[in-house]
Amino acid sequence: MAEANLPTSRPPSGRPFSIRSQPGFATLAILCFVLLYAPLLPLVVYSFNAGDSLAYFEGLSWRWYVSAWDNKLVQDAAIRSLILAASASLFATILATMAALGTTRTRSYRGQTLIYALINQPLMVPEIVTAVALLIMFAAIKAATNYHGLAYLIIAHTAFCIPFAYLPIRARLEGMDLSLETAAADLYATPWQAFRRVTLPLMWPGILAGAMLAFVISLDDVVITEFVKSSGQDTLPTYMLGQLRRVITPEVNAISSVLLAISVVVVTIFFFLNRKMR
Amino acid sequence: MGVEGCWIMAVREEATAIDGHNVSKIFGTGANSVAALDDVSVSIRQNEFFTLLGPSGCGKTTLLRLIAGFDTPTAGTILLEGNDISLLPPYSRPVNTVFQSYALFPHMTVAGNIAFGLEMLGKPKPEIDDTVERMLQLVQMEHLKSRRTSEISGGQQQRVALARALAPHPRVLLLDEPLSALDYKLRKEMQIELKRLQNETGITFVFVTHDQEEALTMSDRIAVMEHGKILQVGSPREIYDHPAERFVADFIGDSNFLTADLTSVSGSSAQLKLPSGKAMTASLPDGAFSKGPATIVIRPEHARLTRKKSGAAMSGTLENIVYIGTDTQYHLKLPEGTAFVVRSQNRRDAQEDYTIGDELGIEISANAVQVLRD
Amino acid sequence: MSAGSQIPADSAAPAGKAPGMQAEAARRADVRRNILLTTPALIVLFFAASGPLLIMLVYSFLRPGDYGGVQWTFATDGWASVFLQRDIFDDTLSVADAHLSIFWRSVKLSILTTFTALVLGFPTAYFIATRPVESRNLWLFLITIPFWTNLLIRTFAIMEVIRNQGLINNILTGLGLIDEPIQMLFTDFAIMLGMTYVYLPLMVLPIYASMEKFDFRLVEAGYDLYATRLRVLRRIILPLVKPGVVAGSILVFIPSLGAYVTPRVLGGGKNMMLGNLISLQFGQGRNWPLGAALSLTLLLIVMVALLYYVRSVGKAESHHG
Repeated sequence: MAEANLPTSRPPSGRPFSIRSQPGFATLAILCFVLLYAPLLPLVVYSFNAGDSLAYFEGLSWRWYVSAWDNKLVQDAAIRSLILAASASLFATILATMAALGTTRTRSYRGQTLIYALINQPLMVPEIVTAVALLIMFAAIKAATNYHGLAYLIIAHTAFCIPFAYLPIRARLEGMDLSLETAAADLYATPWQAFRRVTLPLMWPGILAGAMLAFVISLDDVVITEFVKSSGQDTLPTYMLGQLRRVITPEVNAISSVLLAISVVVVTIFFFLNRKMR
Repeated sequence: MGVEGCWIMAVREEATAIDGHNVSKIFGTGANSVAALDDVSVSIRQNEFFTLLGPSGCGKTTLLRLIAGFDTPTAGTILLEGNDISLLPPYSRPVNTVFQSYALFPHMTVAGNIAFGLEMLGKPKPEIDDTVERMLQLVQMEHLKSRRTSEISGGQQQRVALARALAPHPRVLLLDEPLSALDYKLRKEMQIELKRLQNETGITFVFVTHDQEEALTMSDRIAVMEHGKILQVGSPREIYDHPAERFVADFIGDSNFLTADLTSVSGSSAQLKLPSGKAMTASLPDGAFSKGPATIVIRPEHARLTRKKSGAAMSGTLENIVYIGTDTQYHLKLPEGTAFVVRSQNRRDAQEDYTIGDELGIEISANAVQVLRD
Repeated sequence: MSAGSQIPADSAAPAGKAPGMQAEAARRADVRRNILLTTPALIVLFFAASGPLLIMLVYSFLRPGDYGGVQWTFATDGWASVFLQRDIFDDTLSVADAHLSIFWRSVKLSILTTFTALVLGFPTAYFIATRPVESRNLWLFLITIPFWTNLLIRTFAIMEVIRNQGLINNILTGLGLIDEPIQMLFTDFAIMLGMTYVYLPLMVLPIYASMEKFDFRLVEAGYDLYATRLRVLRRIILPLVKPGVVAGSILVFIPSLGAYVTPRVLGGGKNMMLGNLISLQFGQGRNWPLGAALSLTLLLIVMVALLYYVRSVGKAESHHG
């Protein structure tokens, strides 16, 4: 009979054996966290630089924030970014909520795979491909209609925000107890009342989460905006991309720090909202 | 002398498989710390079926995990056949575990699971195939050897888990409530099956359960645990007939607890006076006892009802009759207000007809009174 | 993306004719409602995501216009010039070395990026998954913050660190280790570093998702059966979290292959990747059909990668099915 080997060595003195740890993993993980945050630190620090340089720190000052605030181009870009993100996330969330209701909690039907593929397309197709495809199509429309407004950007942003809004809403719906609606129906609620009074309040955290993700995604977009925008339609990210070609002043750091702060705040709210949902 | 030499000597001199010396395991730190095991010493003999019995949270699984090597003791040492294994990683201990959840590898077949330990030990391929084949036979699973573990039933998974743990022929097999997920009938079957496997393989089994019936039917010896301590170790009969502590008597079987007056103590027996004034002989557990009041236990089936109150040990008023098939339980109230249960087997021939409200005498069999430690 | 199990609709319908028909009617109403709810989103997506791809397919078969745009005559030059070039003097065709080297750089850097992200991301996901439940969310949160932070800003942050007058070079010269700053910016290394940095969270999150579902009692069982740490990792953990590893790798590989911002900012004008080559055709290159053909080629590579993912995950899932 095969016999298990007896231990041939004395127990190693010192650290006891831990089931869950793998050697070196914790070190690599901590390194990973440090690497993720370390480059952001000088970026924020230099936004408070009193001097003109990104190489030498000459004391604390708000001057680059003030200069960014006073810059007409930055003001316009900021307002445009906000309008764009607000409208795109609003439309995307409404459409995604409806789509989520139409695709979950139902028996599978023919064409469902195609629908999922279509909804998730912006996640699968490289952004540059979508961007130039939109450029081609909108160029033709612009030439035909002579309309050069913000609508192109809003439609493009709405489209790629849909999957980001859709995923958390769908996840929320799938985790929801179907019998709740049945219970509402049993208590004489019409389908509309059951939806208004039971389903909607329950899916609300998912909708909010989806809207916030869509907002951040739209606010951060560079590539599609860069190719779809008409001249003079810079958003904050495309304005910054343009600036990076020139001699960079800490003004870019100041704008970056503000955008960074917005993202952190939104994600933090999202995090706590998610926590409460559980 | 080398380490291996020590090992062989140890095997000859002691017939113990596992020795725990003053083992403690404390989880957490500071104010949140919990002692899952509190200074436990235990000795498990070779080739015995040893059961750790207790309610959930009593520390039985912690002790098992310390033997397996999944956790390390905060204090104390664990010896395997005389060698200190307290800090050895689990893969260096010739000890295998049958997990409560079975923990079968879902990406391997039944045969793959059974072969895993042998492969890790670097056994040659023909030997592995041979052992796997024998293990499959042993647990009667030959026909399912190339199935995935997700494609077989719970009872079959149980058998594979057993075969997997037995295949490397460990010095000690640890079983962590392996039957708890099975339904009643299958559990009964597996109890007998486990006992057979232990006899056939001659491996020391350490079995963890919270089910007293399981413990009584399968074990050579039982250790009853509570709050991180071992309260009593003994054969099923010792544990049942001579519980040393109130918790043990209460956890295993039904009990009547009374306060009696010890009038004389000598060795393992004592003379005492029941509340009714009747003098009786009782057994004493280990420990120092002096004259005076003490808690005693009497099992319901060791008492008998009689209409003749004069000669009886006690008397009481019948308050309730509960019919439970094989037996009938009579719930009485003693004059001092204590409840007392008498159980009698239902026979077709002599059936007494007691009615609620009857004043009855209670006779107690010889050797049925057990004094408890406080 | 997953198709889900396709249960035949009739299988649940009760036997008997009248109730069967009623159920059928209810089912139809259900389907009608679902279609109505889903359609608006699909219209927007078709108009601004799928449709343009079809138009681009058409454009790839046209002749380039002199000042951008296209002439509406059929031509295969766009596709031919993806890998071939026509000599301006003698009109002979030869392999387009410039394009090939850009393709090669894109694939090479994407693979390197994916590999580096995996080496860093797998231990990180493992680390998070083995934290106590209460602190796990916090670690995850720390991964998510950079993920939701503007990609351009993060690229810019890397740029500032590796510039000739950046943090690293300043520290190294300050310490006297080097006299001349090391040229890191505008190199392939810079692009790879930047892409690893920006896409790292995409590697960690799916691996973590797999790891979280992983039953660590299997690790105990492995150790119990004499497997050492490395063997437990290789024989038990890795096979069971493979779907997460593959998903993470795909999620890093695809955007790396199509990267535009990171190589533009960190690679400078010389070290182009596919995204920049495509963009060039719609700018100074004035060759829209070639740009369209290049985009579709990129899309094709991505689809092949996705197909591989779907198949390998499908295989892995059958283990548990």
